[in-house]
Amino acid sequence: MLKLEQRPQASKFWTYGSPVLALLITVLIGVGLFVILGKDPVRGLQAFFWEPVKSGYALGELAVKATPLLLIALGLAVCFRSNVWNIGAEGQFVIGAVAAAGMALLADKNTGPWIVPAILVAGVLGGMAWAGIVALLRDRFNANEILVSLMLVYVGTLVLGYLVYGPWKDPMGYNFPQTKTFERVTQIPRLVQGMRMNIGVVIALLGSGLLWAFLFRTRAGFALQVGGLAPAAARYAGFSSRKALWTALLISGATAGLAGALEVAGPLGQLTPYVPAGYGFAAIIVAFVGRLHPVGMIFSSILMSMFYIGGELAQSRLGLPKALTGVFQGLLLFTLLACDTLVAYRIRWMAQKAGPAVAAAKGVR
Amino acid sequence: MESYALLLGATLSAGTVLALAALGLLINEKAGIVNLGAEGMMLCAAIAGFAAVVHTGSTWLGFAAGMGAGALLAAIFGLLVIWLNTNQYATGLALSLFGAGFSAFLGLGYVQAKLPELPKYAIPGLADLPVVGPALFTLHPLVYGAVVLAIAMVWFLYRTRAGLVLRAVGESPSSAHALGYPVRRIRLMAVVFGGAMCGLAGAYISTVYTPLWVEGMVSGRGWIALALTTFATWRPARVLLGAYLFGGVTMLQFHLQATGLQVPSQVLSMLPYLATIVVLVLISRNPTWIRANMPASLGKPFYPGS
Repeated sequence: MLKLEQRPQASKFWTYGSPVLALLITVLIGVGLFVILGKDPVRGLQAFFWEPVKSGYALGELAVKATPLLLIALGLAVCFRSNVWNIGAEGQFVIGAVAAAGMALLADKNTGPWIVPAILVAGVLGGMAWAGIVALLRDRFNANEILVSLMLVYVGTLVLGYLVYGPWKDPMGYNFPQTKTFERVTQIPRLVQGMRMNIGVVIALLGSGLLWAFLFRTRAGFALQVGGLAPAAARYAGFSSRKALWTALLISGATAGLAGALEVAGPLGQLTPYVPAGYGFAAIIVAFVGRLHPVGMIFSSILMSMFYIGGELAQSRLGLPKALTGVFQGLLLFTLLACDTLVAYRIRWMAQKAGPAVAAAKGVR
Repeated sequence: MESYALLLGATLSAGTVLALAALGLLINEKAGIVNLGAEGMMLCAAIAGFAAVVHTGSTWLGFAAGMGAGALLAAIFGLLVIWLNTNQYATGLALSLFGAGFSAFLGLGYVQAKLPELPKYAIPGLADLPVVGPALFTLHPLVYGAVVLAIAMVWFLYRTRAGLVLRAVGESPSSAHALGYPVRRIRLMAVVFGGAMCGLAGAYISTVYTPLWVEGMVSGRGWIALALTTFATWRPARVLLGAYLFGGVTMLQFHLQATGLQVPSQVLSMLPYLATIVVLVLISRNPTWIRANMPASLGKPFYPGS
């Protein structure tokens, strides 16, 4: 019979080994799935793991999708480390995009380049406001942040729907539910000519550095994590749990909103009902697979971006459904959580029959 | 008058989805386990049930398929959470994310499929009553099934020994373990029951409530059902009432649209979600009340001998 035995300390090896093992298991299941669907598994794996990195352009596209994932995950890591379960980043992303679009729509032919920072700030504030509702209701009324933040995803998506089907609809847009295309000046500056990759990549990487400094080099970051690991110890040390709650939610709202702004004024260039692409949910997986560590999440966001691009390629090249992306993402988180057991526990094989000690004890009686 | 009677019937039907799922979740929360995977289980069950009806033509086999799918996913969740000690919130979330993707994947071939027409149900005698007859006594049998389930659960939880053991496991797993009860097995059974009920609710959505398959069609009802258990302070009768209340809010939205009220449809669609938030705020305002009613070990792992 299998038995778990608590390790005296978390295993260093499995802390890093578990995501790798989880990825391997997910890939194995994926290969099985390709075979069941009657597709060549080698070509399937190529679509997911080789095509997205095989050229400069492909790498650029990889970065385009990894950027929002990383940004959102950075904020979520703060939440999860302080044991605040914000799972509504998707809503904060959407409202960030809406606020940024509102700013971008103000621009006209004569607007100066100041509009780009203004758009980003609008996105950040939008995301913070949406996450702030969660913090307020949790702080004032003790309302469960998981459910409130998730409900606000639906509300946020409906707000977006109302705007693009109603007051913000492009009058010249043949009745499509979308705003007019934003002015050129609002376009987030690109890094390389001819690629969609923009300065968001730099912002996300800087954010990763900032998060590292915040978590491991500031008192506030330390207090927040103690509150997450041992609430009683945090109280004893005089760290405020309310402050941690607000900090975590406002930071994650800000990064999700920023990601929304970068997306809508970057690759999209207008507000459409397709803004919510599931980045907010995928970022939860990015955060966990990246061990909630600023550097780990850079790798996991690239991996998750490969899943997105691989899914699209599998659809166009192999005729496989794009929904595979979601299947693999969910599977990865599942297997990761299972493999993480190895971090805290040793698995022992125990013989079913009574051991010598038990037999001896019985003999005495 | 006639239209209000119809509205009442529709409310009960909409409430039944939430009632079935929330009653199931109530049992697994009574055993101390929170399963945030409700939405994912309901989605997978919705497509499983829908596909079963498409291939067999029997709604009842559709329900069975939905329950099977929900129970299977819940069992996987239970094994991870109960035996491998994974974090309940994260694992449930993984189940919801996986369920959303997996159901979309399975459902691709069924997007255009149509179901055979449902038979008309009527309770002989009662259905002929004026006004209330058609409103209350011509509904799908499962609507009455949910009421029976709630009554059965009150009896089970508070009048049987097994119910007492289940509650003991949720309140203090270590005491229950010390008394010799197989805590983990009981928890697994409770989780599987919760999954089966969520599955039944999911299959009801895709085969009876709105008989078609659309990606993500559960649209947050799994999460609302989770909120309902808190709202009902973990009591079956209140879960049922809460479910009908939310069914009413859902129906109100269509009713208001039909009356030609000048409110954008998106704002009306927000109502169930906003109502969930309002209700959570109202009920959670008093932390001592929640603490007094909540199963004491809810969300906390238990590993015997550690």
